[in-house]
Amino acid sequence: MAGKVVTISSGKGGVGKTTATANLGISLASLGRKVVVIDADIGLRNLDVIMGLENRIVYDLVDIVEGRSKLRQSMIKHKKFENLYLIPAAQTRDKMSVSPADMVKLTDELRDAHDFILIDSPAGIERGFRNALEPADEVLIVTNPEVSAVRDADRITGLIEAAEKGPGRLILNRLKPDLVKKGEMLSSDDVIDILGLSIIGIIPEDELVLSASNSGVPVTLNTDSKAGMAFNNVARRLTGEDVPFMNLDDEPGFFRRLARLIEAW
Amino acid sequence: MTSLLNRLFGRAKKGSGATAKNRLHFVLQHDRINLPPQRMEEMKREILAVIVKYLVVDEDRVEIALEQRDRAHSKLVAEIPFAKEKQIQMELRTEATAGESPGAKSNGAGTAPIAAEEEDRSEKTSGDSKDGATVAEVDDATAPGADAEAKDKDKK
Repeated sequence: MAGKVVTISSGKGGVGKTTATANLGISLASLGRKVVVIDADIGLRNLDVIMGLENRIVYDLVDIVEGRSKLRQSMIKHKKFENLYLIPAAQTRDKMSVSPADMVKLTDELRDAHDFILIDSPAGIERGFRNALEPADEVLIVTNPEVSAVRDADRITGLIEAAEKGPGRLILNRLKPDLVKKGEMLSSDDVIDILGLSIIGIIPEDELVLSASNSGVPVTLNTDSKAGMAFNNVARRLTGEDVPFMNLDDEPGFFRRLARLIEAW
Repeated sequence: MTSLLNRLFGRAKKGSGATAKNRLHFVLQHDRINLPPQRMEEMKREILAVIVKYLVVDEDRVEIALEQRDRAHSKLVAEIPFAKEKQIQMELRTEATAGESPGAKSNGAGTAPIAAEEEDRSEKTSGDSKDGATVAEVDDATAPGADAEAKDKDKK
């Protein structure tokens, strides 16, 4: 069976695309799938540090596209999973060094030997995003429960549909259930309703994600992390498994709410 | 009652989250059709200006709004109620001042649809049905109004 190309996009920067890509790569690999993750953010290379592979880079995406290196020798094997590879972005070039057609050619070469090819799209809606979108079989849209991120997710959703790559599926990252409960944050239902997309993952805010990127060991490898578990669930859903959504609510029970209501009266 | 139930069952919605949702709904409606709110207002004014050239409407109750359930199903919905009282008052006034001329006018309007129908039939036989249909449609739309006007007069 030919591998599937999944592009991770967002529109807005800083919502967690790279973190999501790294964690999905790790989770899919731990599920036994053969995975390549591609950093398409040329000029702003980051997937390598999040995955803890920055010391192993010899060649990059632009080297492959311009024929300076063979595909196989440019793929960096993960330290822990031998079925997980990274193709890093070039750091000293710009997005114009690669074309959408280059990305299609590259991913087509990878499809035979791999189950999943994950592309970490750069922020924005320009060439870098086009490069990441063109070869996609499926697009995931990462957003935060916050007005600017949701607005940009909607913009990108329109572009994905216009390119006939839609409908994308949503990863709602950095949700704070306690704030949602207080009515001070958009809930997952709100975001789904506003964007009209189906959701593949709800990732709760988790300090362990920062520790994970500090140490270059993606958070899915930490079994104590709720965010890690949530990313793991997204990976399983990507493989077609029907995984129920985690209960992020440690909501007060009916009687406590009743008491609170009487108090408020 | 529903709000009480909502609070009891933990579905309270009153903080800035709800504001965020409303603001997003609004801004995305305009983003998706690429028509900013100010331009939309301009358009509404222009639409209304055209309508009042032909009809007496209750301008205070006119509503032209975007309706969007999701990005694939969005439409512009207009509710333009006629100003019945104002229309009648105006007619009375014209009758009082202009004497017989309104009667003659309504007579003319009443005969118009028949003329249109005949025209339509002749157009069809001559083969050019497309143009004929358009003409008939436009005339059909005005015909009930003209009939109603005539009936109003009969009542009086």
